[in-house]
Amino acid sequence: MSFKEIFDSFSWKETSRQIYSKTATDVLKAINKTGKLDLEDFKALISPAASPFLEQMAVKSHALTTKRFGRTMQMYVPMYLSNECQNICTYCGFSLGNKIHRLTLSDKQILQEAQAIKSLGYDHILLVTGEANKTVGVDYLSNAVKLLRPYFSNIAIEVQPLESDEYRMLVDAGVSTVLVYQETYCEEDYKKHHPKGKKSNFSYRLATPERIGVTGMAKIGLGVLLGLEDWRVDSFFTALHLTYLEKNFWKTKYSISFPRLRPAEGFIEPKVVMSDRELTQLICAYRLFDPEVELSLSTRESRKFRNSIIKLGITSISAGSKTNPGGYSVAKDSLEQFEIDDDRSPSEIAQMISAAGYEPVWKDWEKILQ
Amino acid sequence: MKAEELIIAGRPFRSRLFTGTGKFSSVEMMEKAILSTESELVTVALKRVESKLSSDKLLKSLTYPHIHLLPNTSGARTAKEAILAAELSREAFETNWLKLEIHPDPKYLLPDSEETIEAAKELSKRGFIILPYINADPVACKKLEEAGCAAVMPLGSPIGSNNGLQTKAMLEIIISQSSVPVIVDAGIGVPSHASEAMEMGASAVLVNTAIAVASDPVKMAHAFKLAVEAGRLAYESGPGSKNVFAEASSPFTAFLDEVEN
Repeated sequence: MSFKEIFDSFSWKETSRQIYSKTATDVLKAINKTGKLDLEDFKALISPAASPFLEQMAVKSHALTTKRFGRTMQMYVPMYLSNECQNICTYCGFSLGNKIHRLTLSDKQILQEAQAIKSLGYDHILLVTGEANKTVGVDYLSNAVKLLRPYFSNIAIEVQPLESDEYRMLVDAGVSTVLVYQETYCEEDYKKHHPKGKKSNFSYRLATPERIGVTGMAKIGLGVLLGLEDWRVDSFFTALHLTYLEKNFWKTKYSISFPRLRPAEGFIEPKVVMSDRELTQLICAYRLFDPEVELSLSTRESRKFRNSIIKLGITSISAGSKTNPGGYSVAKDSLEQFEIDDDRSPSEIAQMISAAGYEPVWKDWEKILQ
Repeated sequence: MKAEELIIAGRPFRSRLFTGTGKFSSVEMMEKAILSTESELVTVALKRVESKLSSDKLLKSLTYPHIHLLPNTSGARTAKEAILAAELSREAFETNWLKLEIHPDPKYLLPDSEETIEAAKELSKRGFIILPYINADPVACKKLEEAGCAAVMPLGSPIGSNNGLQTKAMLEIIISQSSVPVIVDAGIGVPSHASEAMEMGASAVLVNTAIAVASDPVKMAHAFKLAVEAGRLAYESGPGSKNVFAEASSPFTAFLDEVEN
């Protein structure tokens, strides 16, 4: 059974009603459960009823994360290869309609950026592009990965959804992880945010993790753009998606990211504003629901928030990120995809992590392990 | 019960507590804790160390004459990957010793018995001294022994779960049937779990998470050292059998003394 078939059996409205109907009793049942939590428990933990119990959730989240991941924090950094894009997305700086300077890095530029990133200490890298399949397609990506493979132990990508055989090519080139965010699981309103381009096809995007899973990819990252729609309902569907994938692609590791809607060129206001407290609640809810899933936080979030949240469930963070192609050396002043809030350098972040009693981990992969 | 020295592949070990290096808050903390255990066999994940081993901070911190490093293939999901990792380890660490660890399931990190046995057979031919991490499966353990492994390392419960000896019944069978040392690895959460394993007759135990995530890892490390010693001494002392029921004051067979001439 495909995920779409399962997804179609749920209603956004009904799910919303169920979440908002959860009570304090439901929440306490979930927090105090000794065995595995289920999706009903997750609904309770992300409901408004859970807010008064956040401290208890945080204590448990901290304990579960420490047990599973130890006192460590994985360091990674994004490298934007291209900002070309054929989609219109109402919230993104790279949207087709935005008049910005478009840049796709050449081989020489890729290597220059790699050197700059290596000098920051990184060994795990995330390659990011817009969605321009004709010019920045699998051949370009495969070439970029091969160029970078000698420099980085672990290469992840966040690019346009591809076909399985294209993902296989990228695995052979050296990719171990693919991040693909559904942005929102609200099918009805999805097209309002993605009116044009291949991304406007909701079902195709939804099936992407399955197309990745069949290749035996080592890790898949999921997420939604928090604020596009009601983050509670969107997160339920993310958890549903995660559950489906874990069962069907059991050899794959999973991670969840928490991009929160930020100002960008041509920006929109979030439909539902998500507070820091609510983001903390969501992170803790995921940890209680799935003690093994990796939870990742980017530099979109503030210093203050990141300093504290690292003890509450997060297992990987980026630092010193540039969200424009060439941002590290080649084209430092070009337009970023979104604004960074925590602009501390990697070594400052590493110091913060050590001071908090955690070890910043730069390398946790071996190239031959694919 | 005579005190036996622990010998694996011809190498004697004074300590029956083996340790891992993952999950610690810092390299410094890891070093202090491992020294506190007095452990002489310490596992290191190949995927965590820098390719230039001489500059790797973690390895430098464990350079002591009594510590023997055991590279592990954690991250390998198949026999093929494990064999590649093994060859890389041998070259990098300059040792034939290897902890063979193959877990395709990244959620529970349970070992793939089939792939482990296949890899062990090949690595044995290539001259490795193999300590394989395996399910508490008596048949798999005998197969690994036959494949030439220097010991077997059955799990007590899933890695990092701290749930103790959930597989006790199987461990007892493995210990009774094994001709090679049995090292209980994974799931040991508190020192009493380690004592329990030693009292059962395990040759050694491997502990990582329970020490690394304790509030005071150095103290917990010391506690584990004592627990392993206590458990082993208890085993060697030949404890009395546990009675399921109280001994009757008039045993059932007393009548035979009366009727026999």
